[in-house]
Amino acid sequence: MPAGATYEPIATTTGSGTSLVTFSSIPSTYTDLRLIVFASMTTGDTIDVNFNGTSGTSYSYTELTGNGTTAASTRATSYSKFLIPRLQVSGTGTTKFMSIFDIFSYAGITNKTCLITTSCDKNGSGSVERTVGLFRSTSAITSISLQTTNFYNYDSGSQFTLYGIKAA
Amino acid sequence: MIGAIVAGLTGSGGASLSSYESIATATGTGSSATITFSSIPSTFKHLQIRGIARGTANGGTTPLTYYINCNSDTGSNYAYHRLQGDGATASALGQATQTKIYMGVYADSGYSANIMGTMVVDILDYGSTSKYKTFRAISGVDDNSGTTGSQISLRSGLWMSTSAISTIAITNNGGDNFSTSTTFALYGIKEA
Repeated sequence: MPAGATYEPIATTTGSGTSLVTFSSIPSTYTDLRLIVFASMTTGDTIDVNFNGTSGTSYSYTELTGNGTTAASTRATSYSKFLIPRLQVSGTGTTKFMSIFDIFSYAGITNKTCLITTSCDKNGSGSVERTVGLFRSTSAITSISLQTTNFYNYDSGSQFTLYGIKAA
Repeated sequence: MIGAIVAGLTGSGGASLSSYESIATATGTGSSATITFSSIPSTFKHLQIRGIARGTANGGTTPLTYYINCNSDTGSNYAYHRLQGDGATASALGQATQTKIYMGVYADSGYSANIMGTMVVDILDYGSTSKYKTFRAISGVDDNSGTTGSQISLRSGLWMSTSAISTIAITNNGGDNFSTSTTFALYGIKEA
């Protein structure tokens, strides 16, 4: 029996010249999603990440962070989004940060739990962030939006890729 | 009674051009504390386990821990380290000469419905017959409670054996079973 594709790119976009990137009409045929963000903004900013156009109080997270001086753990409950990076605004131009979202059973009937790995280094400041996030919805995730918090545009060279991972 | 689920491998049969392949998936039955991947083929370079998990019966609202054994080895041949945060405190721990590797956390049955723990475990060069086996894991559970029900956990593990890994057993340490909403998927990663 030939093996089908297990780790497939669903969509890729650069976001250059815009402050909003959206992945929509996400097919329900995979087991997990992986979203890879490699970005900077024209002015240092952060990114609001929302699923299915939902804000309100549907999100929560628990994180472990290091800022080059201090290791800490913090949490937020009944929040309106996931925020990346959490501790630092991003760099600009060629100084980009990386964030990887692993979204498990995104089309299943349980609430959606994510593992978020964010790394941001600006040669004198930066952060390492490892986060578990909860999106309290039993609906399948069909869209993901990444809006810069202060509406600064994404820099050239920013890249956003959504992958689907399919279990046997 | 602690039972076991064995996820046997389906034959791969045909040729695949993919470097990242799904090997097997196992789902909790509600009556088993252990999920086992057996007869793992030696044709990949690395392995990855991805999963969501929840317990069935403890009724608690703090994260439980699962552990891994390889090739049915329950001797004192393991070690692990962890770095974790519960939303208030970051902490670290290291354990040597263990009989298992505690590799991550999952949700107990007392959590609100449909709250699951998640994990990704990477096992590098699992087929080597000249190296000990190194594990890396990230796992977590968040319940929007603002209390100690949430945890993010980073772990490294060591199995001090030069045998190729052919079996991986994942067991919950909560004294109960994996729920029917629990799934673990094993993937193989090929080198060029």
